[in-house]
Amino acid sequence: MDLSYTPEQLAFQDEVRSFLQDKLPAHLSDKVKGGKRLGKADYEEWHAILNERGWLAATWAPEYGGTGWDAVQRHIFEMETTAAGAPRIVPFGLHMLGPVLQKFGNQQQKDYWLPRILNGDDWWCQGYSEPGAGSDLASVKTTAVRDGDHYVVNGQKTWTTLGQYANMIFCLVRTSKEGKPQEGISFLLVDMDTPGVEVRPIVLLDGEAEVNEVWFDNVRVPVENLVGEENKGWTYAKYLLTHERTNIAGVGFARQGLANLRRIAGLEQSGGQPLIQNPFFAGRLAQVEIDLMAMATTNLRVIAAAAAGNAPGAESSMLKVKGTIIRQEINALTRQAIGPYAAPFVSEELEAGSNADPVGPEYAMAGTQAYFNNRKLSIYGGSNEVQRQIISKAILGL
Amino acid sequence: MNFELTEERQMLQDGLRRYLSESVTHEGLAAATESEAGHDVGLWAGLAEMGVIGALFSEEDGGFGGAGFDLSLVFEETGRAGLVEPLLDVGVLSGGLIAALGNDTQRGLVDEIIGGAVQVAFAHGEPNSRYDLSRVEATAKAQGDGYVLNGRKAVVVGAPSAQMLIVSARTSGNAMDQDGISLFLVPVGQDGVEMRSYPLNGGGRAAEVTLTDVTVGGDALLGAEGQAFAALEDANARATCAIAAEALGLMETIKTLTTDYLSQRKQFGQPIGKFQVLQHRMADVLIEIEQARSAVINLAGNLDGDRVERERHVSATKNLIGRVARQVVEESIQMHGGIGMTQEYALSHFAKRLTMVDHRFGDTDFHLERFIRLSAA
Repeated sequence: MDLSYTPEQLAFQDEVRSFLQDKLPAHLSDKVKGGKRLGKADYEEWHAILNERGWLAATWAPEYGGTGWDAVQRHIFEMETTAAGAPRIVPFGLHMLGPVLQKFGNQQQKDYWLPRILNGDDWWCQGYSEPGAGSDLASVKTTAVRDGDHYVVNGQKTWTTLGQYANMIFCLVRTSKEGKPQEGISFLLVDMDTPGVEVRPIVLLDGEAEVNEVWFDNVRVPVENLVGEENKGWTYAKYLLTHERTNIAGVGFARQGLANLRRIAGLEQSGGQPLIQNPFFAGRLAQVEIDLMAMATTNLRVIAAAAAGNAPGAESSMLKVKGTIIRQEINALTRQAIGPYAAPFVSEELEAGSNADPVGPEYAMAGTQAYFNNRKLSIYGGSNEVQRQIISKAILGL
Repeated sequence: MNFELTEERQMLQDGLRRYLSESVTHEGLAAATESEAGHDVGLWAGLAEMGVIGALFSEEDGGFGGAGFDLSLVFEETGRAGLVEPLLDVGVLSGGLIAALGNDTQRGLVDEIIGGAVQVAFAHGEPNSRYDLSRVEATAKAQGDGYVLNGRKAVVVGAPSAQMLIVSARTSGNAMDQDGISLFLVPVGQDGVEMRSYPLNGGGRAAEVTLTDVTVGGDALLGAEGQAFAALEDANARATCAIAAEALGLMETIKTLTTDYLSQRKQFGQPIGKFQVLQHRMADVLIEIEQARSAVINLAGNLDGDRVERERHVSATKNLIGRVARQVVEESIQMHGGIGMTQEYALSHFAKRLTMVDHRFGDTDFHLERFIRLSAA
């Protein structure tokens, strides 16, 4: 048992740190740390910087332009980038579609789409969820009917994150109504500029429209955009979801959130002293920090097992549940720390470079809206109820 | 022992519930919040006409209620409807303070408030005061037979629609002293009064109010100079009762929305309300809302008691309401899933408004600590 990194891993950590020091633009890390909105150009800028260093596709094999990192290296990279306030890597092309194409795509698809993901030629979004389906992904209703060299797609996807920026969407579509719901699903790549595709924003609790509805009205998709075999899409979808769970514990986000909370609690005054010195508040803060310390090690245990070649299974459900509980608690404590200035809602303040003078302290708006926004953590990517169900079946055998 | 409403109160409750259910819509609430004044003029007039504002005042003050159970009745209904009008600010805080401290001329304002003609906002909290009631840094210096006011007031709810402010300012003492706090009636158009208006999470509007060398006459002073704290604490207790009741009403609506959703929404082939794990969690939500109801009754029934006992109930109730509010908000969003995250669906308004209850008049921890201190006394 040894909790420390090997010398090689420490050297890698240093390499990542000095790269971030040199290459992470301050205007991006300022936005991330200040909880400002990031736009399409911000993400693209960061992707290009990473791509130039060859570090954009952490989960890809080197033959496709990936890093070939093991799970520990990926973890170190995650920790360092989040601590430095780097924008997150937009996962749809890199962490989701990329691995699916590498495993199930044909040569032509790999040759065409993978470099475009790395170079930022396409912005992908995910067409999985449908209205009324939620975590029950297999109940896909969007249909794709073969017509000559095309599929004709009709239906609706929802909760499509950052779909407003995307020019491409990978979709689960129903190509057969025979058999079990899982059996008639296909995996289709759709150009969003095709006539009949419409994107409508969904405004969330925090007043932001980061998710969308995507409508398909007789959208004609060339058959070469089918990935793998017709009606086998469920297999690919499940494979994709295991990659969606990279960094599912969110340890880096939690640490960043905790540091921000500590800063705020040091600035807020209660009863004539900094809030962080109030024993009631300090106790809550310590409690969540203690939980995070243990969870970080649980995360490392799973990562070490993965690095040794054991694919994480239901353990990632455990990390999702505990990780989101901890992050949401940090969000709640941050909101609490903000006090009366949690109430004002001036949306323009979250625009980076906005001249709007903050109503209260500069952290108040971002901290409060993050509480509302991050209620999603325990809902998306398979709700925590679904995760607990997986744990009770797959680990406990109940 | 009798937990029934009196016949008059029952009539008011029925009438108010009917009126609000017909007049308050999700779209209307959003429009009111977006408007410059932050409220709906027609609704306010309707509330006045029904006698809802009057129900917050005793007969000797020109109303026909004013007891704890009148407050809790009215605000449970406004909460149930998700109303964003500044009824608590104008009626309970400002109206209550004028009724308690005003001279005969000033008390004329109470009639105008009850009639719906005038709104007065209470400018007390400051950027650094958090929930400390006695922390007042704004100053009032005597000049001639009047005063000159300077300072900044934070998150003054209802100020954008008000014609008049009650401003707290220090005439003597240090920032945290209870002695030395005075109240002044200041028209919003007075020279030196600047307002920055903005919308609030959970609806309605507030303003940051900056006072720069605002000159008022001696007749602007409300009550005795430097002696406002006792009345402040009394108004704060009544406001806590009102906001706790409002929270209860918000919880009741959230409970109804969530229960309906659990019955209707199907997943994995059945209504999700058939899943035992959700049934149990919803049962816990119900149990906690009943706790919240009892806490509101406890406070409403002790509002006119002796000071320490009343204040213990203020803190006990606000602490419990804060804890239950968080559970109800988070569980209801979670049990709804994605739809519970959307602005367009009604839950969002109620959930945000309920969340914001913990950001006024002291949060859960503030009152836990205060309860311990008051109990030890």
